[in-house]
Amino acid sequence: MAASITVRIQQADFDVSAEIAALTRGRDDIGAVVSFIGICRGREADRPISALVLEHYPEMAEAEITRHAETALSRWPLTAATVIHRHGRIAVGENIVLVLTASSHREAAFQAAEFLMDYLKTNAPFWKREENAAGGAWIEARTEDDDATARWAKP
Amino acid sequence: MKIKYFAWVRERVGKAEETIEPPASVHTVGDLIGWLSGLDEGYAHAFENPKVIRAAIDHAHVRPDVAIAGAREIALFPPMTGG
Repeated sequence: MAASITVRIQQADFDVSAEIAALTRGRDDIGAVVSFIGICRGREADRPISALVLEHYPEMAEAEITRHAETALSRWPLTAATVIHRHGRIAVGENIVLVLTASSHREAAFQAAEFLMDYLKTNAPFWKREENAAGGAWIEARTEDDDATARWAKP
Repeated sequence: MKIKYFAWVRERVGKAEETIEPPASVHTVGDLIGWLSGLDEGYAHAFENPKVIRAAIDHAHVRPDVAIAGAREIALFPPMTGG
């Protein structure tokens, strides 16, 4: 069976169990599913925050994430991958992003999930703004994220 | 061509998108950023540190030395903070 990619950009929350069920339904070639869920923290750089507001570039976001998912499928023997990224206002404790990777064995699923998250951080056209006691502020990009992405680059 | 701005670049420029025809001397994304920053104080503020500005042409990331000829839509924005 061909590997399948699901990418969705949405304001609504997602149901992790339902997404895993959809990924594995009707297949007997999946031996491992890795899930990563990014969640809105209550603190940002030691300041308490009440929510994140995510701006995005709708026409580009899905295409860009799909490109990275296709790259993951070309580098690891995955059977399926799902990426769901939310936009709009996300309160503390709510889900932001879901990455699921499925494979016959765990190594590929673990590595591909980490690869996808590193690329989402630095290349997916989303920008987080925090809501805090002073009003709000744009979250600054972290150089650690660039370093994490760079380690996947092929020589 | 259509230009789109996001996040604090959008706030400083004061608009989310516009249609412009840059002069013939503007060849690359870097040239475009330089030309825009001379338009008024808002653009100057948005592009005061051109090294941090990221760009996409027709929904794909590009580097500043890429030519803009033939582009339908160019987006200029800060480093991304998704995920």
